[in-house]
Amino acid sequence: MALAPPLEPLHRALGLTDDEYDRVRATLGRDPSRAELAMYSVMWSEHCSYKSSRIHLKKLPTEGPAVLVGPGEDAGVVDLGDGLAAVFKMESHSHPSAVEPYQGAATGVGGIVRDVLSMGARPVALLDPLRFGPLTEPRNRLLFSGVVAGIGGYGNCIGVPTVGGEVAFADCHSANPTVNVMCVGLASADRLMRSRAEGEGNLLLLIGARTGRDGIGGVSVLASRTLEDDAGDSRPSVQIGDPFTEKLLIECCLELIQAGLLEGLQDLGGAGMTCAVSESVARASRGAEVDLDAVPLRQAGMEPFEILTSESQERMLAVVRPDRLEEVRQVCERWGLLPAVIGRVTSDGLVRARLAGEIVAEVPAKSLTDDGPVYHRPMSIPAELDDLNEEDPTFAAVTTPPGEAFLAVLGSPNVASKRYVWEQYDSLVQGQTVLGSGADAAVVRIEGSLKAMALSTDGKGRYGLLDPYLGAAHAVAEAARNVATVGAKPLAITNCMNFGNPERPEVMWAFAEAIRGMADACRALGTPVTGGNVSFYNESGGSAIYPTPVVGMLGIIEDYRLLVRTGFPRPGLAIYLLGETLPALGGSEFAEVVLGKVAGRPPALDLEREGALHALLQEAARDDVLASAHDCSDGGLAVALAESAIAGGTGFAVTLPGDLPDHVTLFSESASRAVVSVRPADAEALESMASRHHTPFARIGETGGPRMAFDDLFEVTVVEARAIHEDAIPRLLSG
Amino acid sequence: MTERRPRVGVITFPGSLDDRDALRAVRYLGGEGVPMWHGDSQLPDVDAVLLPGGFSYGDYLRTGAIARFSPVMDAVREFAERGAPVIGVCNGFQILCEAGLLPGALIRNASLRFVCRFVHLRVESEASALTAGLAPGEVLQMPVKHGEGQFVAEPADLERIEGEGLVVFRYCGPDGIASDEHNPNGATNAIAGLRNDRGNVVGLMPHPEHAVDPDVGPIGGQPLFASLFEQALERVG
Repeated sequence: MALAPPLEPLHRALGLTDDEYDRVRATLGRDPSRAELAMYSVMWSEHCSYKSSRIHLKKLPTEGPAVLVGPGEDAGVVDLGDGLAAVFKMESHSHPSAVEPYQGAATGVGGIVRDVLSMGARPVALLDPLRFGPLTEPRNRLLFSGVVAGIGGYGNCIGVPTVGGEVAFADCHSANPTVNVMCVGLASADRLMRSRAEGEGNLLLLIGARTGRDGIGGVSVLASRTLEDDAGDSRPSVQIGDPFTEKLLIECCLELIQAGLLEGLQDLGGAGMTCAVSESVARASRGAEVDLDAVPLRQAGMEPFEILTSESQERMLAVVRPDRLEEVRQVCERWGLLPAVIGRVTSDGLVRARLAGEIVAEVPAKSLTDDGPVYHRPMSIPAELDDLNEEDPTFAAVTTPPGEAFLAVLGSPNVASKRYVWEQYDSLVQGQTVLGSGADAAVVRIEGSLKAMALSTDGKGRYGLLDPYLGAAHAVAEAARNVATVGAKPLAITNCMNFGNPERPEVMWAFAEAIRGMADACRALGTPVTGGNVSFYNESGGSAIYPTPVVGMLGIIEDYRLLVRTGFPRPGLAIYLLGETLPALGGSEFAEVVLGKVAGRPPALDLEREGALHALLQEAARDDVLASAHDCSDGGLAVALAESAIAGGTGFAVTLPGDLPDHVTLFSESASRAVVSVRPADAEALESMASRHHTPFARIGETGGPRMAFDDLFEVTVVEARAIHEDAIPRLLSG
Repeated sequence: MTERRPRVGVITFPGSLDDRDALRAVRYLGGEGVPMWHGDSQLPDVDAVLLPGGFSYGDYLRTGAIARFSPVMDAVREFAERGAPVIGVCNGFQILCEAGLLPGALIRNASLRFVCRFVHLRVESEASALTAGLAPGEVLQMPVKHGEGQFVAEPADLERIEGEGLVVFRYCGPDGIASDEHNPNGATNAIAGLRNDRGNVVGLMPHPEHAVDPDVGPIGGQPLFASLFEQALERVG
């Protein structure tokens, strides 16, 4: 017979500590009601309050000439010129995806799209950085297939193209997959919405789906704890997505904004109505009167705390002047959505909720949003890090012949083609995708102009483990390099910080280091942080994911017709390696795949050199000097050359530059490098441009023929290499 | 006197996604794109109607199964009966099948996965509103993007479809040869698109509207719209 568990105080079951509970009582001067306790527990959760990360996040640079709106709103906004603004943000949905992969990932897409929508922007692109455990494990295959299908199932149904992202694999993600979603939107700069509820007497309108019992405590029970063996029991905390309603909501809200009918707009996401109402009124130093009887419910008899914290999807909160209510109603009805007046803006700073006339909650709005606890958690360097760093694979004895090593690296799941994934995403809807997945950066045109946005996401899992400072700095550098490689200027980033349990000092140390690395790189490369998300508690059984800061970079290209593609387009071009190759196999793909080691130190990063390379790539693109360009990163020079050949269907012959051992030259992941090809007539122009940008260069060979010839070391046909690159993931999935 | 531009109506159902893209393609190629609404029971003054891709009503019940009851569909049926061009792309094709304007049905892809990729199509018949002026055997490139694009039909229907030459497009390789490798969804006989007896109603899974602008990809959709414009104006006389 099972023993009944000891009765746990309610606040603890809801995720509040005893100290935090005392703080709630002190704030109210009394015991909180059931509903109030639920409201504080979600708003003061790690997910909503950033209580462990806040003091560190302050160190990120957030301002720059292009930034119109920085962190603190639903999404960041960047000026694209000509009165246009790009709205973008990245978020994590890892915890729900671990419990229910399809719905977890799907609702992640839905949530980030509403964040962008709530700023008044039409969502125009999605990117999904994903991390899973090895596909050799059946459970990982299930998570992988479910997440990818969920992203497709939702994104494909709402008419927003999925144009990029990345997929990587590591053992540490077996228990905790990482699912990040990024959305980019476009708006007229003068029509941006703010999620603030100004104007006493204005109405609060709930638009979209009915409120149900799904996703209650999603931010506190699910996102702000580690997942242990009973994680399946959390399934009711995962929300269920309805992309059809989301599509209607997008079109309806955009029409309302276009007609100038809204005073403010906010999405309902984590912490549901409590968060949406308290944040919008707190930002305007107002209060709200909320009538829970007016909330359209999926089922009768829902408790006040359930209505207040439900994370039912596809809902938006609009602030509307009373004299415009009728017009708003007409637009909503045209889109088949039900608008419900659930309250109004007050001036007393309190959020007051009533059910059947009785007050069920009455709390200061700002106490929910601003007065939560802030922790300066202890930090310490992981004990094993020194040993890991000492064991540098750069100098390990290597017996594998370079040709064999090349095929192993090219076919490793991290390097292999992710076509299997991105073919499940509609990348073309809206008609503006010039470059989609598989390119260095996605390029999405801005309708009615020659401008285009270049978008890239990057995270360097192994580097993060070996040196979280460098891991984060490399993520920024590589994302910016990808954007520069297609010829665009990097403007700003959003981020998602994926880490383990912040209550462990080693995790907190890695987090602080990652923030420091990200801050330094963003400052040096002139790409401020406009917002993002922190996802802690990505661990189970005391084993955490790699410290994984993921960067979403947004850049601008003035004339998309001048963009540069990855592939060698034809024979007879001169191939150049831009940048210097240092002996750097620490944390490399080669070290993991060929030597079986995740050890050493990540490559050094000279941010000045990095920036110079980006300036060179942009100028060369603008002057139409480059026939192709590809970033040199995972798998080093060998993989960069092979991918250029595979993408363009043209082989090459190269001589390895420098005097490092062959395997180091081929597979070093030395930073700040790119492989480009130029017409021989443009070689001089490129060389003088590179000299002006203080970027080392080496002419290493020529394109042409069906083969890829690496010096006199080995040869592979392009057809054979493509088969290895393309088939690796499908083969793993077929068991 | 200015030349009359063909007026192509594009219907927006709740959940339509490629409606704006179809309008953009019509305008890009010199036609006049006319937005239409599912709830309207009368057609505006148009020379042709296009039912665009998307997930009408979320396709939660069965693709196209609810959209076919939209008020606008009675008017579309009448329009088609008059011999005017009616084109269904992707979800639009599914709706035309559900509405009985075209034979057969579209079911889940054989892979059970959504697929978005550029494919090649071989023109099988020039006797349709989309292919008048094209030569059978011509190969066009354009994208597919669907989860339920596997064409199936009852044996008797299939016999009639093939026997009467109602197949307008088949999936094929770049060389024009149809094979399983180049069939993205397992469609019966690699059927990508078909017409009604008169040839004025055409449905296809691939997206010609996403293949007109060379700046974003292949342009296999251009000749189809050229044919549509010509057919539309010819009827107007």
